[in-house]
Amino acid sequence: MAYKIISSQCTACSACEPECPNVAIFEKGGTFHINPKKCTECLGHFDMAQCVAVCPVEGTCVIDKSVPRYQAPA
Amino acid sequence: MQKLVQLLEFGAPGAKSLEEIRQQVASAGCSSKGGSGKSSCGSAAGQGDLPPEVWEKVKNHPCYSEQAHHHFARMHVAVAPACNIQCNYCNRKYDCANESRPGVVSEKLTPEQAAKKVLAVASSVPQMTVLGVAGPGDPLANPQKTFKTFELVSATAPDIKLCLSTNGLSLPDHVDRIQAMNVDHVTITINMIDPEIGAKIYPWIFYNHRRYEGVEASRILSERQLLGLEMLTARGILVKVNSVMIPGVNDKHLVEVNKAVKSRGAFLHNIMPLISEPEHGTVYGLSGLRGPSAQELKALQDACEGEMNMMRHCRQCRADAVGLLGEDRSDEFSNEKVAAMEITYDLEARKAYQAKVELEREAIAKAKTAELVKLADETSAIKIQVAIATKGGGRVNEHFGHAHEFQIYEVSTAGAKFVGHRRVDLYCEGGYAAADGAATIIRALNDCTAVLVAKIGICPKDALAEAGIEAVETYAFEFIETSVIAYFKDYLQRVEKKEINHVAKGDADIRQGAFTEA
Ligand code: SF4
Ligand code: SF4
Ligand code: SF4
Repeated sequence: MAYKIISSQCTACSACEPECPNVAIFEKGGTFHINPKKCTECLGHFDMAQCVAVCPVEGTCVIDKSVPRYQAPA
Repeated sequence: MQKLVQLLEFGAPGAKSLEEIRQQVASAGCSSKGGSGKSSCGSAAGQGDLPPEVWEKVKNHPCYSEQAHHHFARMHVAVAPACNIQCNYCNRKYDCANESRPGVVSEKLTPEQAAKKVLAVASSVPQMTVLGVAGPGDPLANPQKTFKTFELVSATAPDIKLCLSTNGLSLPDHVDRIQAMNVDHVTITINMIDPEIGAKIYPWIFYNHRRYEGVEASRILSERQLLGLEMLTARGILVKVNSVMIPGVNDKHLVEVNKAVKSRGAFLHNIMPLISEPEHGTVYGLSGLRGPSAQELKALQDACEGEMNMMRHCRQCRADAVGLLGEDRSDEFSNEKVAAMEITYDLEARKAYQAKVELEREAIAKAKTAELVKLADETSAIKIQVAIATKGGGRVNEHFGHAHEFQIYEVSTAGAKFVGHRRVDLYCEGGYAAADGAATIIRALNDCTAVLVAKIGICPKDALAEAGIEAVETYAFEFIETSVIAYFKDYLQRVEKKEINHVAKGDADIRQGAFTEA
């Protein structure tokens, strides 16, 4: 259902925050995080996950396997 | 001027808010147009071949006017950490390598914190005339933060010039805002106009909600950069172009870039050396690509010079640096200290200082002309480089052992020309001469015939002499250009009388690693 940010790799550059169409990204404790309840993997908005596309550190915004993948409402 | 000191009392509990300061300034009724600075510069004190309207805009800008950096200071604030492209010479854990240097991390500020810091610095440093928003990140990838900062500052300190540096990708979208905010200087970093070459510099860009890679990414970036440049110059906004010289990638190509940006109205082109060390963790650093040597850089700058003004005094200082170029006082103005400061913005004192500088500059220009006249009847094919130890003010006034950097002048019977800076590690740390200190400095000055200093110890003097570099104290506290020409005349005479042999000098190193003061 969602992407997550690997905190230890996040440089806190803030690039992802304004790109998220669902305002799911926020700063806490010096790095950025994704609220899994809000993230839709950008489905229905863009054909690329915006946080992944803009993040300068490869492999920092990744699919969170602990939650099921998002299903666009039918 | 005494008044300025009081605001450095730190820790005042009831520090004023920005809003209060702004109201104070507004009620003091200051206007941005001063009586002083106007009549000045009838004499072309450093104007060179710039058109008068451009000179008027840049003469107090330490980054753009070669001699303004002797007297004026700029300040960068890091309010815009996000970026929308990736450069191979940049590791974004650190500052943006376009405008500052890799390996240094700036203090990130909110627009409000930044504006207060600017006022604190401007009030205690009357030389501070320019505020820039540069890296880390791209100011126009963070337009809200950047423009908010400008808005806050110009409301309180209308005499401070605003500038920003961008990679250009989103520049066309913001040109109107830039004009409305009265930003009069924009720097665009343009490293290529050929997307094939760009693909070796930029792995990707983020544009229109997509990540583009390879040649396509560079094609878009290049189009946007050149479009932005044209849009700005069409509106009369000054544009400087920065290029990073990457040996084996874009070094030869930069001559093309120079032509392209000149024809689109850029008024200055600043070619900077790639700074690349494995420990910076950049793609280039890790793959072993090295920066150019001093003479390689100079050869490229010379090749472009016939075309337009080249900027040779860029020190690639860190993004949040405070002070005259090459000097850094940021520690005095940390976030914490600024938050506790009482600030009174004294526009009058600032104007008085700036008027004084104007007089000093004219004196320098006159002295130089006088010295040049004396050189007029000499003819010689000899051309040498001379290094200067200076702490500013346009004079030979630094002790060799305390110099963080040297200014390099090239001199021939045609006159003296500033050609660049060499940063060095301090020879003298706390009174102890570093063991290999002299050796590093010699490598950095290896292409110079002499070094003019205010003072120098016996040991380093001998070490320099051994390397064929003459250390000269005769011109202590004199104007730099006058001294360089006087030294050169003396040098020619000694060569003529066969007291010394003229030898052509070799190449020199460009210091790697971040420039931070001890
Ligand atoms: S994948 Fe899209 S919706 Fe989810 S956090 Fe990233 S930008 Fe936001
Ligand atoms: S873009 Fe990447 S590095 Fe930057 S704040 Fe977001 S997750 Fe962190
Ligand atoms: S980095 Fe270059 S352009 Fe920026 S302030 Fe320093 S000298 Fe000027």
